[in-house]
Amino acid sequence: MTELENPSSPLVEVVDMKVHFPIRRGVVLDKTVGYVYAVDGVDLSIRSGETYGLVGESGCGKSTLGRAMLKLTEPTAGRVVFDGIDLSSMKGEPLRTMRRRMQMVFQDPLSSLDPRQSVESLLVEGMRAHGLDKGKESSAKRLRELLLAVGLPSTSLRKYPHEFSGGQRQRIGIARALSVEPDLIVADEPVSALDVSVQAQVINLLEDLQTEFGLTYLVIAHDLAVVRHISDRVGVMYLGGLVEEADSDQLYREPLHPYTKALMSAVPVPDPLVEDRRERILLAGDLPSPANPPTGCRFHTRCPWRQETRCDTERPALREIDPGHRVACHYAEDIRAGRIRQHAVEAELVREDWDVVPDDASLAGPASVTETLGP
Amino acid sequence: MALLEVRDLSVVFQRRGERPFTAVDGVSFDVEPGQTVGLVGESGCGKSVTSLAIMGLLAKRGVKISGSAKFDGTELLSLSDRQMRDRRGRDLGMVFQDPLSSLNPVVSIGLQVTEVLERHRDMSRKQASVEAAELLEKVGIPDPKRRLSEYPHQLSGGMRQRALIAIALACRPRLLIADEPTTALDVTIQAQILALLADLVRDTETALIMITHDLGVVAGLCDEVNVLYAGRVVERAGRHDLFRVPRHPYTHGLLASIPRLDAPRGERLSPIKGSVSDNIPWTTGCAFAPRCPNALDTCVQVTPAMEPDPVVAGPRLLRCHNPVEPATAAEQEIMS
Amino acid sequence: MSTRTDKIDALSEQAARGDDAGVSLAAAAWRRLRRNPVFLVGSTIVLLFVVLAILSPFLAPHDPAVPMLGDQVVRARNQIPPVQEGHPLGGDQVGRDLLSRVLIGSQQTLLVGVLATLIGLAGGLVLGTLAGAMGGWVDTVVMRAVDVMLSIPGLLLAVSIGALFARPNQYTVILAVAVVQIPVFARLLRGSMLAQRHSDHVLAARALGVRQRSIVFRHMLPNSLGPVIVQATLVLAIAIIEAAALSFLGLGNPDDRLPEWGQMLGQAQNVIDSHPQLAFWPAGCIIVVALGFTLMGESLREALDPKSRR
Repeated sequence: MTELENPSSPLVEVVDMKVHFPIRRGVVLDKTVGYVYAVDGVDLSIRSGETYGLVGESGCGKSTLGRAMLKLTEPTAGRVVFDGIDLSSMKGEPLRTMRRRMQMVFQDPLSSLDPRQSVESLLVEGMRAHGLDKGKESSAKRLRELLLAVGLPSTSLRKYPHEFSGGQRQRIGIARALSVEPDLIVADEPVSALDVSVQAQVINLLEDLQTEFGLTYLVIAHDLAVVRHISDRVGVMYLGGLVEEADSDQLYREPLHPYTKALMSAVPVPDPLVEDRRERILLAGDLPSPANPPTGCRFHTRCPWRQETRCDTERPALREIDPGHRVACHYAEDIRAGRIRQHAVEAELVREDWDVVPDDASLAGPASVTETLGP
Repeated sequence: MALLEVRDLSVVFQRRGERPFTAVDGVSFDVEPGQTVGLVGESGCGKSVTSLAIMGLLAKRGVKISGSAKFDGTELLSLSDRQMRDRRGRDLGMVFQDPLSSLNPVVSIGLQVTEVLERHRDMSRKQASVEAAELLEKVGIPDPKRRLSEYPHQLSGGMRQRALIAIALACRPRLLIADEPTTALDVTIQAQILALLADLVRDTETALIMITHDLGVVAGLCDEVNVLYAGRVVERAGRHDLFRVPRHPYTHGLLASIPRLDAPRGERLSPIKGSVSDNIPWTTGCAFAPRCPNALDTCVQVTPAMEPDPVVAGPRLLRCHNPVEPATAAEQEIMS
Repeated sequence: MSTRTDKIDALSEQAARGDDAGVSLAAAAWRRLRRNPVFLVGSTIVLLFVVLAILSPFLAPHDPAVPMLGDQVVRARNQIPPVQEGHPLGGDQVGRDLLSRVLIGSQQTLLVGVLATLIGLAGGLVLGTLAGAMGGWVDTVVMRAVDVMLSIPGLLLAVSIGALFARPNQYTVILAVAVVQIPVFARLLRGSMLAQRHSDHVLAARALGVRQRSIVFRHMLPNSLGPVIVQATLVLAIAIIEAAALSFLGLGNPDDRLPEWGQMLGQAQNVIDSHPQLAFWPAGCIIVVALGFTLMGESLREALDPKSRR
C-alpha cells in the first residue's frame, strides 16, 4: 500500500508465541484438566508501513494472537519485539506508556465504546492518559482534526455512541485509536459487523489513514476477500498455527497449503460465471477442537492430500518455498507439481464440549461457588 | 401456477405510543416448484420479516400484515394458527441463521427429528428412528445412528445447521425457506452447507427461498434474485442477468463496494455513501435517493414503480427513475 | 427478533428526535421512566410520604409524647381512648393521640430506611469495587466472607446483630439492618463489575493505555451501578420492614417518646385482639410506603435494562 520505509527492520516481531488457556473443572476447587491451545507456536514479523492480514476461521487463534501481540492477553510463551523493544517481560507503567504506540480497532463498534461516555470524552481519554492534551485549545483542535480524518461531522463530539449508525461507530473507534498517534494498529475484524454497503467505506478509510499517517496494520479477519484486498502480505492460520504466509497476490495466484486452497475455493464470488466454473475443494467435517488438536500436521484429519504416517506424526515447520512464500506442509512441492492427487476424506465428528476460559484465569476465576447462582 | 405467490405483502409494526414502522412494503414475488429464489438485502430491508410473515411466525400483537401469500392456491395469511402449524410441518420448512437457538437444547437430536416424522408422516416410533438416521446421513452428519441420542450443544455449528436442515426436510416440504443459513458459519463450513442445499434442491425438487445479505452466496445458488431495499423489491432478474448488468443503482453499488477475491489488488472500492438508515419514505419518492449517485429531482418527488426494464432485454423488473446505463455497468463489471 | 425490535425502536426514536442534541443513556432512561405509569404511581407514593415526613411536625395536631387522654385508659378493663372529637384515630395504650403518632412516625421510619440503605450501599460499594476491580485473592477473600453472610437468613442476622447491643436504640436498629444489606450490594456490584471487566470497551480502554484506576472509576463502576441503584430502592422497602420487625421483636428503641411505625406495631401486639386499629394504621403505612419504593425500583430496573425495552 505504501512504500516500505525500511524493509529490513520489522516493526513487530513475534517469536514462537504460545497462548494456552487452562480449562478448569470442579465444584469446590478449580482443577486444571487441560488446555485450549489457542495459539501454539507462531512466528511472524510485520514490516514498518505494511499491512499484514491474518486470516482463518473461528477458533484458529487469530484474535488471540492479535491480543497477545499487544499484551492484552498474557502469552504462555514466546516473545514480542516491538520496534526493537522486547515486550515480553514488560509490565505496569512502562507497558502502559508503550501502549500509546500500538492501538486496536475492535469488531463490534458498539460494545467497544463505553455507552456512558460522549464521543469527546472517549477521544480525549487516551490523549490524557499519555499526556498528549496540552491545553484546552490544542485539544479541541486535535479533536477536530481527528473527526475530519475519519469523516465524522464536528457536531459528533457531544453525542453518545448509541446515537450513531454502525459505520459511524466504527469511525469513532478508529478515531480513538488514532488519538494517541500510534505506529501500529491491530484491527480485529474491523468490518464484519457492518452492513455490506458500509464495509467499503471503512476499508477505504483504513487505507487512506495508512497513507496519511504512515501506519502499520495487522488486519485480522475471517473474510479472505477483505484481507486480500487490504493486505500486502497475508498469513493463514489453522488451529493455532500459521500454515501459509505470502504476498497477497502471490497467495491468491498460487496457494500452496491444502487448507489455503480449500479456504480460497470456498469463498463465494459475486459472479455467477465464476461460481459456475469454479472447482470447490469441500473439506470434510469440522475444525477439530483446539483443546485436543490432532497430532502431527493439525490439518491432516481434513486434508485431501494427506499422506500416510508422516502427516499424522510430524508437525510440519513453516518453511520458505519461494522467496517470501512460507508454507507449513511436508508435501507442498509434490502437491504443486501434481505428484500427489486429492483423495476422499472421511469426516470425523468433532465434539463441542470443551469450555474456553476467555481471559487470563486469575481475573476470570469464579470467586465463589454460588457465583453462577448469583444475581 | 406458481407454488408460492406473494402479492403486495406488507408488514407494519405498530407499538403503543410509537409511530408505526413499515418493515415490508408491498413485496410481490413468485416461487415456481423446484426453483431457488433469492431475497437479498442489508439489515432492515425486510427480507427476514417477509419470510416470517409467510410462515406465520410473526407475533400477533402490534403487527399488521396485509396483502396475500398463496401457497399452491391456499391463502396462507388467513389460515388459523392450527392450520398454519400443520402446513409448517408438511409443506413449508424453515432453516434459521442460528441453529443453536432454533434447536431445543434439552431434547436429543433424534427425538427432535422423530417427533416431526411421527406427527406429520404418521410413522411409528421405530420407523421414525430409522428414517431419522437416514435423514441425518443424507445431510452429511457422520455416524448418524449415534448422533440421534446426542444433544444440540454436543454438535458443532455446522453439524447443528445440518441437523436443522434434516428436521426441516423431515416431511419433504415443497418449499424450504432458508434465512441466512450460513451467516453464523465459517467459510469452509458455509461451502459445505450451500453445496448440501443445492444438492437437496436438485434431488428432491424442493423450492427454496434463500434469504441472505451475501451476494456471493446468491450468485452461485439462486435462479432468480430479488434485491430488497427499505422494505421493497427494487430489482428482480435471473442471476446471470442481474450480475452481468446490474441496473438499479443500489444493486450496482453493492456489487462495486464488495472486495472480490478474484479482483486485482490495489484497486479502490467504490462504497455507497451514507448508511442504511439514511432513507426517505417510499411514499414521497425513492427510499434509496439520499444515497444514490444517479438521483434526479424526480427521485425525491415521485415514487418509482416496479416496471419491466425498458433497455436491457430479458425478464427483469426494476424500480428506478434513472437506472445505471448498461454500457457503464458492463464496463465496470469487466474492469473489476 | 430482539435485534430486529431494537432496530425498529432505534429507527422510531431517531425519527422522533431532533438531531444535534446528544442524548446520554441516563437521559434516555429518564425519558422512558417518565412515561411509565408504574413509576409514576410508585414515585407519587414515595414523594407523598417524604412530604408528610417533612411537614409532620406542623400537621400533627398534638404532641405524640404526651398522654393527654391518659384519664380514659383503664388498664384493668383493657380500655383505651376511642375515636373522639380532636382525635380522629383515638388514642393509644397510654392515651397519646394516635394520629399524631402515626404522622410523626413517618419521620423515624423513613430515617431508619434511608440511613440503613445508605450505610449498606456504602459498605457494599467498597467491598464490591474492591473485589470486582482487584480480582485475585482479594476477590476470593471478600466474596467468601460475603457468601458466609448471605448463607444466614437476613432477618436472623439482623436479629443477632441487634441482640449484640446491650442497650438497643434506633441507631443499633439502623446498623443491624444495614449490615445485612452489605453483602447483597457487594455481590451485585462485583457481579456486574466482573462482566464489565471482560467487556470490549474496558479492553479498549486497557489497549489505549488508560490507567487502571481510571478504568475502574470511569468505565467499570459507572456501567455497573444500574442494578445497584435498582437494588437500593428495593432495599429501602426491605429496610423499613426489617426495622419494623426488629422493633416488633423488642430489639428496637425502647424509648417510645419518638414514635416509629415498627415500634408502634410491636407495642400493639398485646392488644391486637381488642384494638386492631393500633396495629392497622402503622402496618398500613409500612405496606404502602414499601410498595411505593418497590414499584419505583421495578420500573427503574425496566428503564435501565436495555433488554427489557419493549
